Amino acid sequence: MTTRVGVVTFPGSLDDRDAQRAVRLAGAEPVALWHRDKDLHQVDAVVLPGGFSYGDYLRCGAISRFSPVMDTIIEQAKLGMPVLGICNGFQVLCESHLLPGALTRNDSLHFICRDQKLRIENASTAWTGDYTQGQEIVVPLKNGEGRFVADEHVLDALEAEGRIVARYLDVNPNGSYRDIAGISNAAGNVVGLMPHPEHAIEPLTGPTTEGLGFFTSVLKQLVSA
Amino acid sequence: MSLDTVKNAEQTPDAEQPWAELGLKEDEYARIREILGRRPTGAELAMYSVMWSEHCSYKSSKVHLKQFGEKAPANDAMLVGIGENAGVVDVGQGYAVTFKVESHNHPSYIEPYQGAATGIGGIVRDILAMGARPVAVMDPLRFGAADHPDTRRVLPGIVAGIGGYGNCLGLPNIGGEVVFDSCYQGNPLVNALCVGVMKHEDIHLAQASGAGNKVILYGARTGGDGIGGVSVLASETFDATGPAKRPAVQVGDPFQEKLLIECTLEIFSEKLVLGIQDLGGAGLSCATSELASAGSGGMRVELDTVPLRDSSLSPEEILMSESQERMCAIVEPGKVDRFLEICEKWDVIATVIGEVTDGERLEIFWHGEQVVDVPPRTVAHDGPVYQRPYARPSWQDALQADAPTAERLQRPVTGEELKAALLAVAGSPNQASKAWITDQYDRYVIGNTVLATPEDSGMVRIDEETNLGVSVATDGNGRFAKLDPYTGAQLALAEAYRNVAAGGAKPLAVSDCLNFGSPEDPDVMWQFAEACRGLADACQILGTPVTGGNVSLYNQTGETAIHPTPVVAVLGVIDDVNRRTPIGFAEEGQHLYLLGDTADELGGSAWSEVAHGHLGGLPPKVDLERERLLGEILIAASRDGMIDAAHDLSDGGLAQALVESCLKGGNGARVIVPAGLDPFVFLFSESAGRAVVAIPRSEELRFNDMCGARGLPATRIGVVDGDVLEIQGQFTVSLAELKDAHTGVIEALLA
Repeated sequence: MTTRVGVVTFPGSLDDRDAQRAVRLAGAEPVALWHRDKDLHQVDAVVLPGGFSYGDYLRCGAISRFSPVMDTIIEQAKLGMPVLGICNGFQVLCESHLLPGALTRNDSLHFICRDQKLRIENASTAWTGDYTQGQEIVVPLKNGEGRFVADEHVLDALEAEGRIVARYLDVNPNGSYRDIAGISNAAGNVVGLMPHPEHAIEPLTGPTTEGLGFFTSVLKQLVSA
Repeated sequence: MSLDTVKNAEQTPDAEQPWAELGLKEDEYARIREILGRRPTGAELAMYSVMWSEHCSYKSSKVHLKQFGEKAPANDAMLVGIGENAGVVDVGQGYAVTFKVESHNHPSYIEPYQGAATGIGGIVRDILAMGARPVAVMDPLRFGAADHPDTRRVLPGIVAGIGGYGNCLGLPNIGGEVVFDSCYQGNPLVNALCVGVMKHEDIHLAQASGAGNKVILYGARTGGDGIGGVSVLASETFDATGPAKRPAVQVGDPFQEKLLIECTLEIFSEKLVLGIQDLGGAGLSCATSELASAGSGGMRVELDTVPLRDSSLSPEEILMSESQERMCAIVEPGKVDRFLEICEKWDVIATVIGEVTDGERLEIFWHGEQVVDVPPRTVAHDGPVYQRPYARPSWQDALQADAPTAERLQRPVTGEELKAALLAVAGSPNQASKAWITDQYDRYVIGNTVLATPEDSGMVRIDEETNLGVSVATDGNGRFAKLDPYTGAQLALAEAYRNVAAGGAKPLAVSDCLNFGSPEDPDVMWQFAEACRGLADACQILGTPVTGGNVSLYNQTGETAIHPTPVVAVLGVIDDVNRRTPIGFAEEGQHLYLLGDTADELGGSAWSEVAHGHLGGLPPKVDLERERLLGEILIAASRDGMIDAAHDLSDGGLAQALVESCLKGGNGARVIVPAGLDPFVFLFSESAGRAVVAIPRSEELRFNDMCGARGLPATRIGVVDGDVLEIQGQFTVSLAELKDAHTGVIEALLA
């Protein structure tokens, strides 16, 4: 049976169709989930895509976190369902307290779009199994509020528990603490990532195809589970 | 002030009216009285004043613009021509593409962030109103001197506004231009382009017919922003007790626009609308009068049903408000419920504000009392038409006589001097990398961007199965147009055409944004007339019709007008985006060819500006048949896999093209100056009709045969190699040195 991966559309989601394409190219069936619908339609995993949900009004991700679909996603994530939040999705996961810390305005105060080098720091999460520990990849990054912040003991704990999933290499584009580009929860099923792997899946449209691994990883994880 | 009803207007024919404050001329006011057979009501006056403004009525430019229709080349690809929200072009496989470039110059100077943001919002709604899904945007921008203190206020705000709005809409920004020239100091040019894609059967038009069909206003609530944005308005004139002096610049909400896009596309997919119009300049006045006059003519609107952000707004203000993110649709009664349901799904406010009627009058009511009763055509289309006087400026001859000859401007001679000139041009604000600006725009969203800045054109895939794609380039050179507006307009078209072809796409159609000074100045009017004539003639020869666009006049401060700046956008189609040709020299060992002829043409060039601050002489000559041939060669070479890189030659000549292609590809090049050519002219001339291409050795014979058979000069000038750019016998410069010169310039000045 084909693996079903849900992609949530909030009002203001922008990279939802891109995430669906990535799921499809990885070999799974993308399922569109609507923010008002609590039903996850039997999906095996969920992607919260990039964008400006609810216009990023109030605070990025702060309103989305209260949408009906998130109630179910939070519940299922706690039970082990793989959830990947990309960019705005990462912000939603932090606002939902599925992940610690917060994402604040880039230190440059400008939106930035660039091809970003990352190092995969933990290749054992649900979304990174297809990478090798320490692998360097290049994927697009595009955000205005991508600066990961948390207090020292949270950062120390993330380091100690291997929950830093990816770090920026060469350039820290937004002033993230400890060059953090992505983190996971303790169980490794929930991952938040500021850069955009779904834009690096085809040689024609991406700088590389090195982002596809996030989507193939979850498939393998689900098949073997 | 009490309500000025139609009845009241009939009874008080001599009441004083603020026609002059609204920007109308005395004879225009008299004409309105003649049309109506009475004085207009306040609401009617408001409608006529905005719709008869220069911006909406094209009253000064119309007589010249009509050439674009008269001289339009026969083109089977045109599905919808000039006059609608945007032109529509057939690109094959059942797809149609619509695109348009528009100006938002004046608001962006006053309020850079919101001015630029709402410029994007407006052009995107124009494209949406044709029935298309917007798929990409581009921004041709012009600012005052890069080192002027006010540029630090204007540019960052405009760039942030474009990014803030466009990024939030989820539309990739795939190109455009950034130009600095002190002539734009008090009048920056903020042009915005949008491309949209639909199936042929999804084309929608702005028309209202069928008595009993409902008029639905949906999107944002109407507020007091942007009142009189297209004309001039002292809002106190209408109601001295209301909120004082409302800003004439609109305020944008990209989140609302994103919802409006998705909501409208879902409505289109269920075929729920008969006619649709976006609300932009002149707001409801424009939408109601244009919808009615393009249909059967009759419409009744209950203005008090319009959802408001500010309950104190008067009927006049509601009619003139340019609040953003609003659309107006004509819907059959049986489909209204479903229409409203979809709006509710997307949290978009929608209200039935009226209906199409049997008559031929546009009638607007305010709490039951009639405030407007006009033939809609007289508002929308029968505005004044002026034959403005124009004459060749007295200074034009002297300007053209001041040619940048070797005697007039000292030229670099030694290798070291040539190297210094190359670095100076590559590091000048106009030629330097614009990454600091374009990196503030999302170029990846939607996942179909195949080429984006700094490539020659922006290209997007429109079908993931067949790999059909479209590309767009925008170009304009005010310096050339100042020297000779006829040729300058043709050069703008030639460059955009060449840029599209260099990427591998076949040029199909044109949209133009004509930015000029005051039409009341005969010098400016001559520039405008010449530019229109030049562009229309060139479009005819290249077979690329103008499908629409916009005119922006009064870009001047005091007596000083901007350079005449026709910005031309060319749309092209490519059957397989995998065949696109990028600019970067990516493969070592490939041979470099210079296509076209190089003459001593430095008038208006980047070198003359950078080295001497000089503007004089004549711009490069235009040979449109040569441009077409060059285009055909570039397209054929791309389709048949003969070239791996191509870069058009324009500002900064071959020198600048080599710098950009080496840096983009990460490889150096060894270049030989062809026999008989002066090294300086070879490197810095801006002769038109040229490109540099990189050819794999296996394809060299085939490529040469093709150029030979077709009669296009192709000169082998070198090879892609190493990590230095070497002009043999002259100088070498490392890629690191080039990068140092070319990057970091803009942020050093503006960040």
